[in-house]
Amino acid sequence: MAVRAGEAAGSLGAEAATTPSLWSRMSERIGPGYLFLTPWLIGLFGLTLGPIIYSFYLSFTQFDLLTSPEWVGLDNYQRILTADPKFMASMRVTFLFVLFSVPLKLAFALAVAMLLNKGISALPMYRAIFYLPSLLGASVAIAILWRTIFSADGLINQLLWTAFGISGPSWISNPNYALWTLVVLSIWQFGSPMIIFLAGLRQIPQDMYEAASLDGASQWRQFWKITLPLLTPVVFFNVIIQTIEAFKSFTPAFIISGGQGGPINSTLFYTLYLYQEAFGFFRMGYASALAWILLAIISAFTAISFLSSRYWVHYDD
Amino acid sequence: MTTDAVVTAALKPGSMEAEKAAQRPFWISALIHAALIGACFIMIYPLLWMIAASVRPQDEIFTSTGLIPSAVDFGSYVRGWNGLRVSFGTFFLNSFVIATLCVIGNVLACSLTAFAFARLEFFGRQFWFGLMLMTLMLPYQVTLIPQYVLFLNLGWVDTILPLVVPKFLAADAYFIFLMVQFFRGIPRELDEAAMMDGCSAWRIYWKIMLPLSTPVLATAAIFTFIWTWDDFFGPLIYLNDMRQYTVMLGLRTFTDSTGESDFGGLFAMSVASLVPIFLFFLFFQRLLIEGIATTGMKR
Repeated sequence: MAVRAGEAAGSLGAEAATTPSLWSRMSERIGPGYLFLTPWLIGLFGLTLGPIIYSFYLSFTQFDLLTSPEWVGLDNYQRILTADPKFMASMRVTFLFVLFSVPLKLAFALAVAMLLNKGISALPMYRAIFYLPSLLGASVAIAILWRTIFSADGLINQLLWTAFGISGPSWISNPNYALWTLVVLSIWQFGSPMIIFLAGLRQIPQDMYEAASLDGASQWRQFWKITLPLLTPVVFFNVIIQTIEAFKSFTPAFIISGGQGGPINSTLFYTLYLYQEAFGFFRMGYASALAWILLAIISAFTAISFLSSRYWVHYDD
Repeated sequence: MTTDAVVTAALKPGSMEAEKAAQRPFWISALIHAALIGACFIMIYPLLWMIAASVRPQDEIFTSTGLIPSAVDFGSYVRGWNGLRVSFGTFFLNSFVIATLCVIGNVLACSLTAFAFARLEFFGRQFWFGLMLMTLMLPYQVTLIPQYVLFLNLGWVDTILPLVVPKFLAADAYFIFLMVQFFRGIPRELDEAAMMDGCSAWRIYWKIMLPLSTPVLATAAIFTFIWTWDDFFGPLIYLNDMRQYTVMLGLRTFTDSTGESDFGGLFAMSVASLVPIFLFFLFFQRLLIEGIATTGMKR
């Protein structure tokens, strides 16, 4: 989003500068755009900006919804960062999830997109089938399916038994494996970044490959020297979107662990911990502080990505 | 590069690639197809297995890895449908009402906002536009608790209002952005000519922009429907009365109560809950894929 967001803001400015005066004269007559913006402005102030400020205030209070918030200064933050084992556990789980699910998902997406970009027939059919899990994957139904196929007598273990004679563990109730079933679920949904990669691959001029082939560059070299550098804006975009989505992931962990984040906190995603604090124990102040820490993490990640992008993202213009 | 160019490029096979494909020996093409078919099969195997599990005899579910049931029996659907205190018919109706209202809200409010950003000039336009883009990145957890407090004070908890009203206030900036991009592609001459004839901004929006924008409106409508249908978190915190439950909440309750004993019913209802999304996929696949290719929708 961000890549195009920048472009969009730029072109908006350029447009304003070059519009014919006829347009500006006319728009004066037809009245202010604020009328059209009214619903959005109400939403912006009432549901976004106002709540952001209030949430920041709440993060310095103790608040259980019943009595009014009580100012406690930095207590919430201090406790989260120094004396909260569940916070540490949820950070570990979330970072492991992001660190493994995002690169693997994008690697699959790129590999399949490149295979589909080879001018094969029936492309729309393949693309549609690969996309289907992405579209359905966020549903509770799929989380339920996952929970069942990775259970002790589920599909995966039956297949392992019939194919290799291995009797597998109960993947979802073993703290060593539970998180990995969620990583697999996330990779399974590689379809939408794949579509974005496919659109990016189409933009690479074919004559570059032809020139490279004439010069005797191998396929492998062509991938590293042409495909990947020219695709970096798309990679950048996908990394940002998928990472933020991974940080915000909630439903699969909730369903697979029955809302508990277990076994032994092994699927306690950050969002799930925040939900428990807010709507399980009604510690709204504490949960607000958790939300602000999440915002800080996501903002830091985004800022670092943008700052680093000038060293590795290759823009044509 | 324009949006249209990306879409066209993304959807049509390039002629160069077709040439390349023609030069390829037959056995390599066959190998690629075999690999792709294999991968597709693995990808959708869990889904097919779930469908099979929903119609096979109960005792076969955990003993069979195959896709062909020994006998087809729709009893699971009947049991599942009435498996909870409230029937799944109510949950489907609730989900449908919420999703439909959200679609109307999103399409109206986001297109109004997008029209202002794409076509009207007013003081502070760039400022607001930038702010709108910033809200795209904001994790919902930050506004979650204050919004809950607000809706609680308004007496809206345990109604569908917290799920629906934000859509009428264009809270989904994704779609504003999507529509701004599309509106910019519509030739300005059209609305300038209309203005010369004394057409008001409102009429230009309603009579020119919206009719010319059906593809983007349809994309926004379909994505809104699917995302609202799938939404679990919103209903989880705002709906407590089982008669208000959506399908997703119903499924979750099913897993908590009877799910452990009646897997057939659970799978049957899971499959049923995916049917509306699957229908959209079947009929509007092109719009969905274009929507992702142009704006990078997250799903």
